[in-house]
Amino acid sequence: MSVLADTRPAETAPVRSTTDLKVTGRRVLRSEWAKLWSLRSSWITLGLGLLFLLAFGTIAAFRYKSMLNSGQPMDPDFAGSTTYSLALFGVPFALIALGVLGVLTASGEYTTGMIRSTLAAVPRRLPVLWSKAAVYGVLAFVTAAAGALIGFLISNGVLSGTAITMSLSDGGVLRGLLGVGVYLGLVGVIGVALGALLRSTAGGISALVGTFMLVPLLTSLLPSSWRTDISPYLPSNAGESIYSLQHAAGSLSAGAGLLVLLGWTALALGGAAYRLKRSDA
Amino acid sequence: MIEARQLTKRYGDKTAVDGVDFTVRPGAVTGFLGPNGAGKSTTMRMIIGLDAPTSGTVTVNGRRYAQHSAPLHEVGALLEARSIHPGRSAFDHLMVLAHTHGISRARVTEVIELTGLQSVARKRAGAFSLGMGQRLGIAAALLGDPQTIMLDEPVNGLDPEGVLWIRNLLTGLAAEGRTVFVSSHLMSEMALVADHLIVVGRGRVLADTTVPELVRQAGGDTVVVAAADPARLRQVLAGPGVAITGQPGSEQLTVTGLPARAIGLKAAEHGLALFELTAKSVSLEEAFMDLTKEAVEYHAVSTPGRAA
Repeated sequence: MSVLADTRPAETAPVRSTTDLKVTGRRVLRSEWAKLWSLRSSWITLGLGLLFLLAFGTIAAFRYKSMLNSGQPMDPDFAGSTTYSLALFGVPFALIALGVLGVLTASGEYTTGMIRSTLAAVPRRLPVLWSKAAVYGVLAFVTAAAGALIGFLISNGVLSGTAITMSLSDGGVLRGLLGVGVYLGLVGVIGVALGALLRSTAGGISALVGTFMLVPLLTSLLPSSWRTDISPYLPSNAGESIYSLQHAAGSLSAGAGLLVLLGWTALALGGAAYRLKRSDA
Repeated sequence: MIEARQLTKRYGDKTAVDGVDFTVRPGAVTGFLGPNGAGKSTTMRMIIGLDAPTSGTVTVNGRRYAQHSAPLHEVGALLEARSIHPGRSAFDHLMVLAHTHGISRARVTEVIELTGLQSVARKRAGAFSLGMGQRLGIAAALLGDPQTIMLDEPVNGLDPEGVLWIRNLLTGLAAEGRTVFVSSHLMSEMALVADHLIVVGRGRVLADTTVPELVRQAGGDTVVVAAADPARLRQVLAGPGVAITGQPGSEQLTVTGLPARAIGLKAAEHGLALFELTAKSVSLEEAFMDLTKEAVEYHAVSTPGRAA
């Protein structure tokens, strides 16, 4: 067999200049980028995130339109809606999809054993975490911002000529749509951090869903005076403040919400960095 | 060149590696031999920084692995456990690793050809057979054109063709002047490729030696001889490098350092009558078992009646 004959390393190829071999931050970023795109699950989950934003926003817009045309009294859930709020109906669903992919990019390394190859190539370790977070955070941001923008244009198209249409030039709309991208981008980074911290897909997803879906519900068990003090600072509520156009009394401003969510993100990343650096892989 | 100094790793109250000292030199295949659970894999994981030593140090070419600016160019490692994402193709897996060091696409193609993976390079690595998986692991190890190659149990579960391929690869790499460090729990396999042997058991180094030396130490190549006058025979055979043992009052002597032929000739020369002359060669496997019998972690209890 030809394989048997081929047992010796070929003489070093001229195309490879050995002197250039060096691990740099840029190269680790490039590697993480290649990792993400070389797995089918990344394409599928990113696609799902985008689909959730577009599909649910469009469905909500059509639902509103049919209620408007039927002449019946408006469903209380839809009262006070605008094309902006209808378009963003899918945000919680996209949050799960993008957050889960974030968890997977990190936890998948541990569950498959890929982490051993990764850390053998980058034994300083921390550049891997920063690169993963940066690559995936930017990707989740772009996906969510694009989804929110296109979703908004679709729902405006569906409901054109009605009283609730808003324009991109209306106060805060464009900034809010970008805010959706920022929120879900940071959720993606938190997902990466949770995956790296817990080293388990099930654990990471549970922690993510718990933080963004269940903890907000639990606050109703708190005395109401505490609730108003704590609630706005939860990651989910702080994140929603980044893109909401009407700020209810007691909720944070967009800027303050962003700062609080950045704080949570830094906390999660810090925990992940500590575990990555300190424990055996 | 790999140097371990008082290298120790504890997991809770279990000591996996216990104050190990050794040096792996370039230009030779060094076998790392020991029964299961002897601490071989843990030692190798510490060499490339996956596990942090509890105490002691291990360096590669004079520095800790993580301190090198191009680690894959220093050490290429194949670990026992699979270290790939099953959803990625072989080519993409190698490319992902190549990106971290700025290794060219041409080199990736080169190691794919070198390991004979051309036909499956675009297939999901998760669907690979054990042999293909090992080849992919070796392709990754060779990717950075490393000075030191370290392979943990590379022939485990391979078919004869794969075993032969790895054997030739290892000797070829050492002939190029590289440091080759390869672990196994099979003495017979090591005997075929290793120039030097580091034998471990229960986390300690039991022997740091060569294959012929190990056999000699284990009492290899002894000759049992029975004579009418054993005391006289002792005098006749005595010389530098010759060891003779025997029970008082017994006709039988055990001689090391002289072949049976020489003993027979010397006895005839002095007119001594021999009743028995038997060469006893200790196999490598026996030498290894003898060395590690105290250090085997899991002993099988032989069933009475079935043990032969």
